Amino acid sequence: MFDPIPWLILSPLIWATLAFVHGPGQGGRLPVAGLILQLALAAMLAQQIVAGGVRVYAVGGWGAPLGIDLMADGLSAVMLLLTQTVALPLVFYARAYFAGHANSLRYFWPLTGYLLAAMNALFLSADVFNIYVTLELLGLAAVGLVALAGGAGPITAAMRYLLAALLGSGAYLLGVALLYGVYGSVSLAALIPLIAADAPAVVSLAAALMLLGLMLKTALFPFHIWLPPAHGGAPAPVSALLSALVIKASFYLILRLWFDLFEPITSVAAAQLLGALGAAAILWGSFLALRQTHLKMLVAYSTVAQIGYLFLLFPLATGVSAEVAASAWQGGVLQVVAHGLAKAAMFAAVGAMIIATGRDEISGIAGVAARLPLTLFTFALAGVTIMGLPPSGGFAAKWLLLGAAQASGQWWWIVVMVVGGLLSAAYIFKVLRQAFLPVEETANFKLLPRMLEWPVLLLALASLVLGLGGGEVLSLLGAT
Amino acid sequence: MNAALVYALTGTALFVLGVAGLILQPHLLRKILAFNIMGSGIFLVMVGLAQRAGTPDPVPQAMVLTGIVVAIAATALALALARQLLDMSGEMRLPEEKSGKDRLDV
Amino acid sequence: MSLNETLPLLVLVSSLLPGLIIFTLPEERRGLRNLFNMVGATLKLLLIFYILRGVMLGEEYIFRHTILPGLDLVFKADALAMLFVTLSAALWFLTTLYAIGYMEGSPHRSRFFGFFSLCVTATMGVAMAGNLFTFFVFYELLTLSTYPLVVHRGTEQAMRAGQVYLSYTLGGGALLLIGTVWLYGLAGQVEFTQGGMLAALGPEYTGQLQVIFFLLIAGLGVKAALVPLHGWLPLAMVAPAPVSALLHAVAVVKAGAFGIVRVVYDVYGVEFAQSLHLLMPLAVMASVTIIWGSLCALFQDDLKRRLAYSTISQVSYIALGVAIFGPMATIGGMVHLVHQGIMKITLFFCAGNYAETLGIHKISEMDGVGRRMPWTTAAFTIGAFGMIGLPPLAGFISKWYLGLGALEAQMPWVIAVLLASSLLNAAYFLPVLYRVWFQPRTEAWPGEHIPMQNGRETAWLLLVPPLVTAVATVLVGLFAASAMSPLNWVKLIADREYLYWLP
Repeated sequence: MFDPIPWLILSPLIWATLAFVHGPGQGGRLPVAGLILQLALAAMLAQQIVAGGVRVYAVGGWGAPLGIDLMADGLSAVMLLLTQTVALPLVFYARAYFAGHANSLRYFWPLTGYLLAAMNALFLSADVFNIYVTLELLGLAAVGLVALAGGAGPITAAMRYLLAALLGSGAYLLGVALLYGVYGSVSLAALIPLIAADAPAVVSLAAALMLLGLMLKTALFPFHIWLPPAHGGAPAPVSALLSALVIKASFYLILRLWFDLFEPITSVAAAQLLGALGAAAILWGSFLALRQTHLKMLVAYSTVAQIGYLFLLFPLATGVSAEVAASAWQGGVLQVVAHGLAKAAMFAAVGAMIIATGRDEISGIAGVAARLPLTLFTFALAGVTIMGLPPSGGFAAKWLLLGAAQASGQWWWIVVMVVGGLLSAAYIFKVLRQAFLPVEETANFKLLPRMLEWPVLLLALASLVLGLGGGEVLSLLGAT
Repeated sequence: MNAALVYALTGTALFVLGVAGLILQPHLLRKILAFNIMGSGIFLVMVGLAQRAGTPDPVPQAMVLTGIVVAIAATALALALARQLLDMSGEMRLPEEKSGKDRLDV
Repeated sequence: MSLNETLPLLVLVSSLLPGLIIFTLPEERRGLRNLFNMVGATLKLLLIFYILRGVMLGEEYIFRHTILPGLDLVFKADALAMLFVTLSAALWFLTTLYAIGYMEGSPHRSRFFGFFSLCVTATMGVAMAGNLFTFFVFYELLTLSTYPLVVHRGTEQAMRAGQVYLSYTLGGGALLLIGTVWLYGLAGQVEFTQGGMLAALGPEYTGQLQVIFFLLIAGLGVKAALVPLHGWLPLAMVAPAPVSALLHAVAVVKAGAFGIVRVVYDVYGVEFAQSLHLLMPLAVMASVTIIWGSLCALFQDDLKRRLAYSTISQVSYIALGVAIFGPMATIGGMVHLVHQGIMKITLFFCAGNYAETLGIHKISEMDGVGRRMPWTTAAFTIGAFGMIGLPPLAGFISKWYLGLGALEAQMPWVIAVLLASSLLNAAYFLPVLYRVWFQPRTEAWPGEHIPMQNGRETAWLLLVPPLVTAVATVLVGLFAASAMSPLNWVKLIADREYLYWLP
């Protein structure tokens, strides 16, 4: 049987390198072909997992502990599918976005390729050290992309992002070192029974270090400070990739660690703490989003808030009945997917508005409803998911999380989620309201190429369809 | 106290020093150096703790090698960014006004 | 998928699809846009007539799609659903005609008609929702799709109204969501079942069920404009007249009132709700709203705002009918769902005609308008008399049954509320009627946009819809006893709701 696992990593590596060698002129077509291939591979892998359960691939035929094992289960498949699904329309978008900016393009394609390769490898990694390597590569590629725009602002943001990323992966790696010191293994499969059998205090320290490092990379409140300038300052396709996917990669690792590796030593108190940080992120992030005067900063702070929802998963799924935990877990993963699709669409739509109006201020988009109805519609559709209103993927996720909170009697999370939803409505309608105002006399709208509008609409529609077909994602997630 | 623990404790101390430097030092070059110290600390823990019964374990050594490669790449990128920042702003530090603060526009 | 499963979906698609197509049409494709609008509206009516016949013969029309495990999207065309569906579809048809005439020449018509069709789709979804979850989905969709219509004109005033509208409705939606999630947690899928489905839960849930009821009613009360949740409605009157007519007088407020009907009858069950002591507070709240709305209406000089306060007052008749225990009041409340819709849309069409033809927005500007626009004013008069409750018009039938129901339930104070409300209705409508018919005109019209042509007072498309609804106001009252009247349909529903409980 053909195994898609190695090709999911090799494909982006190959096209990234080719794009770098060819130079900017040739850059566009290869990634398109590569991503279509990767999407097919991811779909194929998902099908294999649904049919036959977890898949393991030994790189070079060596096998653990000497070689590197790759592993894919339902969660990996969901993340891989999400990654390729988000990236494909963005590639079309980026081609139009960077048209005429040969210099940016020279690095955009290679860096994006390496970013995707690192991310795919991360989702397929089966040992904690390999995860470190992919995490670091992912961080370096992402920093490169942020710096792409040039100028003091983006370079500063990139530098700050790099330092945060290095600090985060440093803490993670120290945790790995401690784990290896205790158990003599880095393989997840080997560690899980060992930790379940006996976990000395130093393992808790390792867990804390690893989780802290990953929280820093996921930009959970109060570690979010690096995120808005980095995501808000980068070119729109980069912001979309970063906000939709890159932070999800480190969140995915937190899920893996919390629910698989460290499951025996997690505690309700720690889970409540994570939830509290998530709640703070929701409220503080939404509040700050509401205060922003620039479009991309608003969307970036919205990401800070939405990350908070993801962390509500931990109190809702820890120390409760299996049924409630399953519902919370499904809701959390659905939120990852829904937010990935919607936030990519939102950043890209905002990027298109900025190109058309030539301004980044929210006050500059008066008349967008009349001149760019499609892009505004896209923004609004994505907004529906962000607000968690029906019928969207964000709503399905919120429904599951709310249900879990109700069933486990943790009503305070219900309050947080509902208030957060209303706050997000406030900042999204702040944009929509401005867009409905009549066109200003001085406004000079540029015509947009179709590729800046239609692929983005597809992304937003996907986040909406997820609300009606979320069951499919959940059945893939449940495949073991 | 055995040798392994000495290594590990030293490594941890280096790690803490590195983290402190990374956060507290304003000069970018110092931050980058601090990151490298932090990395060395981790590697020391890794190699130190993994000495089982006196015989060196090859796996962590391979991991440390990989780690060093990654750290070099990261250092190179950081240096390149720092250079660019120096060219643009004439300073080897991150601008103060917004650092560590959320942007409360208006 | 069988035909009976597909039909409820088709009812939705018949307005959704034209709406989506209309979005993509360029502004100048007027003919094509009108064609899609009218074909959609006509098809929907035909579908509904077919379903109505089937429902009378006892056919079941249910569509079910599982979204998440244990969470279904259900559309069900039962008798109560069809009451609201038929009302909305018939009025949609007329309002579309009216809107085509009214929006003539104004900008962004594709956007307007696109969202207008989406709103109707959402209303249909609310009407045909087969469980509380589906209801919530379309209830929120209705909020989202009406917002662009409220702010359609893009003025500062419209924007402010839009903001208030959203704050109220999204806030209400949040309460409804909490209540819905909670109820699903307690009872599993909350299907709308005749006689309710919660009575099976044990007495240990009484407290929780009371809190949930409060949450649900508060969430629904926002759209139904129950005092003190009514603040958005008068402001939303800045929207173009067809929006005020169909959406704010009928679809949106009715969605809230209809939700209250569903929650009391088909979720809790009216007997069970009574045993939990939930109906009395609702009756009091509805009575307060009836009186307060009428009082506020007295002091409005802006015609549309006076009508808006009148809506606040009149829609609560429905909630009142629901809250009085007994089939007579049920009939009175539910039939008012239809009657109020027909009467109020007549009044709003007329208000739109005055504004569009002569530039009249205020009551103080209406002197002598009856001689300039006799047909419109005649329709307005019928609507107003209907609201006051003059026999044999539609409004009288509703009040008659409500009064009977109040006596049956031994709540004589409700009679006093009804009487007071009728007096207040008279107090804010009769002076208007006096002005339009008997006061001589002394000055020019504020802004005559459509001149008198061959004895025709305004454009055809503006004139026909209010005349049709005015005639309907008379007919549903006169022929209330006939087999096809709304009253008879409602009796059928009420019979079923009380089937298990009354001798």
